[in-house]
Amino acid sequence: MLAQSLGLIEIIVVVIYMMVIGYLGWLGYRRTRTATDYLVAGRKVHPFVMALSYGATFISTSAIVGFGGVAGMFGMSLLWLTFLNIFVGIFIAFVFLGGPTRKMGHHLDAHTFPELLGRRYQSKFVQIFSGLVIFLFMPLYAAAVLIGGCAFIASQFGIDYNTALLVFSVLIAAYVIVGGLKGVMYTDALQGSIMFVGMIVLLVFTYVIVGGVVEGHRQLVELGKNPNIFGGIGFQGWASMPKFGWGAVEAAKGPNLDGYNLWWIVISTITLGVGIGVLAQPQLAVRFMTVKSRRELNRAMLIGGIFILIMTGVAFTVGSLSNVYFLTKEKVEGKLVSVTGVGAKSEWDWVIAKKERGLNLNPEDGSKKNPAIGPDEKAVPCQLLHLDTSGDDEADTHLIFKGYGGAAAITPKAEIEGLAKGGDPKTFVGRQVVVHPRATAYMRAIVKNADGTYECKTSRIIPYYIRSAMPKWFGLLFLLTLLAAAMSTLSSQFHAVGTSIGRDVYEQVTGRHGRSIGVTRIGILIGIVLAVIISYLNPGGGYIIARATAIFFGLCASTFLPAFIGGLFFKRITRAGAIASMIVGFSVTAFWLVFVKTSESSAIGLVQKFAGGKSSILADSPNWPVVDPILIALPLSILTVIIVSLMTKPSSKEHLADCFHK
Amino acid sequence: MLGIEDFYVLLAYLLCLLSALLCVVYGLINWNRGEEAVLEEDVRWVEEEKEVEEEL
Repeated sequence: MLAQSLGLIEIIVVVIYMMVIGYLGWLGYRRTRTATDYLVAGRKVHPFVMALSYGATFISTSAIVGFGGVAGMFGMSLLWLTFLNIFVGIFIAFVFLGGPTRKMGHHLDAHTFPELLGRRYQSKFVQIFSGLVIFLFMPLYAAAVLIGGCAFIASQFGIDYNTALLVFSVLIAAYVIVGGLKGVMYTDALQGSIMFVGMIVLLVFTYVIVGGVVEGHRQLVELGKNPNIFGGIGFQGWASMPKFGWGAVEAAKGPNLDGYNLWWIVISTITLGVGIGVLAQPQLAVRFMTVKSRRELNRAMLIGGIFILIMTGVAFTVGSLSNVYFLTKEKVEGKLVSVTGVGAKSEWDWVIAKKERGLNLNPEDGSKKNPAIGPDEKAVPCQLLHLDTSGDDEADTHLIFKGYGGAAAITPKAEIEGLAKGGDPKTFVGRQVVVHPRATAYMRAIVKNADGTYECKTSRIIPYYIRSAMPKWFGLLFLLTLLAAAMSTLSSQFHAVGTSIGRDVYEQVTGRHGRSIGVTRIGILIGIVLAVIISYLNPGGGYIIARATAIFFGLCASTFLPAFIGGLFFKRITRAGAIASMIVGFSVTAFWLVFVKTSESSAIGLVQKFAGGKSSILADSPNWPVVDPILIALPLSILTVIIVSLMTKPSSKEHLADCFHK
Repeated sequence: MLGIEDFYVLLAYLLCLLSALLCVVYGLINWNRGEEAVLEEDVRWVEEEKEVEEEL
């Protein structure tokens, strides 16, 4: 069945690709071309190889499919994240952090990120605590990468999400276990090159489809002026920033506490959470240690900045512009299998939209009116067309024909060629039809869940766009792009998971140095299993990919960043200061996610017991429930490291000399 | 400009391009700067790293 849905050519290409990657890995093994070999032999690693390898580790399916989908929902304001990705994630990281990280890592003979912190502060606790945080939370980020890949495979080949997850997990596990962990630079660089080519083609085609750069943007501006499902939380169009402010928005039907929420989601969670968090990513920081000298970093920056621009910049621009395509150009051809949601209210279809947060159906006056079908699920009442586009008589595409009541203004009004305005679509059932969905990217990304409900899934926006707008051959190139993006990131993530539990926790706790390989391997296996379970339980609803990534990045920033940067640059930062700041950063982030930030706290479910059934202890205060923990936890963590360090005795001069000598 | 009316979105779009350009210019200017001699500790570090890799 799988062979049938995937198609022979796709399978052959993927197998060949895997063989090439395998061959390169073997070549690397035989000729010892890992990063460290370059160092040992004193040979020169080509800066392009270093940059592509770093970039491929940095950028994953999470950025392309997950955040690209979020751009499809919220628009080009996400480009602020691309700016931070380049300026902070590449420029600041390479110019200011790369050299010192490498030097101190070598001075102290540290081989993992927790070991670097632990040795800088001469603290087992620091190393074990950091190791545990990475071991426990990295699988969440790995799951985000997996979900992104699976959403694309499921959509591109019309197979269900769980089958895609099974196939993808087996591929990834095989790659990681057989040799992906060795960090063979050429493999990473090949993957980086494929990603680069795939995204360039995607950008060029997209601008051609929407009529050019200026014309495409202009249309996006115009279309963004229509009422939108996110109007009630401050959406002002895909080419505009969300409404900025703090507090309740006064509307005709009373104050709307959520009126400025979108700005805080885009800026605090998406832009700052991920944009700053990259500096304290364990799997990226260790890469600096494998560099021969500062010169290699300088050279790598040349291609690094462009690479990130082409990755996230293209994903966010294309995600936004997909709205122009879906609203004005898309045609879906297929057999109309059925029309549902026709008749009395009890017969209406309800498409779940934005599962985690209430949606607003009165964008004109900004008031709230949510037709809820469950305590945390909000849905849009509508009539659905079910089409079979693959010829197997099963409906595989679900389009909104029209919305009911308050939802009418914000739902698509699909047109069927040959059907007069106001005509009954049921008269076309069983016939081949051409439908113009006239949907926003978000409302076009409807998926039928296993329980029979329909849901708009952000993670499907990019996959649907690729399948519908791009030529068929591109689907294959994009599949390789995503496989490459996923594999290069996942292998480094699982490497970090394994060493954190083996080298950083097990060895430190038991004192059995150099005997942790077995534990490391088991750790990697547990990491993979955890990531697959999380992906199985979260098949891409809401914007889970972006959120899971943001949680991990934000957690790393608040927990590690002050101790990491403080440790690299300031001799006065003490062990007590570092420990206190890590505990404060971690605890405040955890508290905020469990009790304040609605989207996470409602999923965790503990807050309801303390807040009288509400999903946040600040549920009645405007905006607070969407503010990202990084805005609270990072400043507190920085303050803590400064204050506690000033109050405690600095490390010995000898130790500081070991850390900082030239 | 570029069909984008909102100042802050346009700014983000341009800053993305400019920051990538900054990376290119910085890379070119410093192409030959920053070479460092390989010290004994670097070799020791690499040897241990290699050992861990081999075992994995």
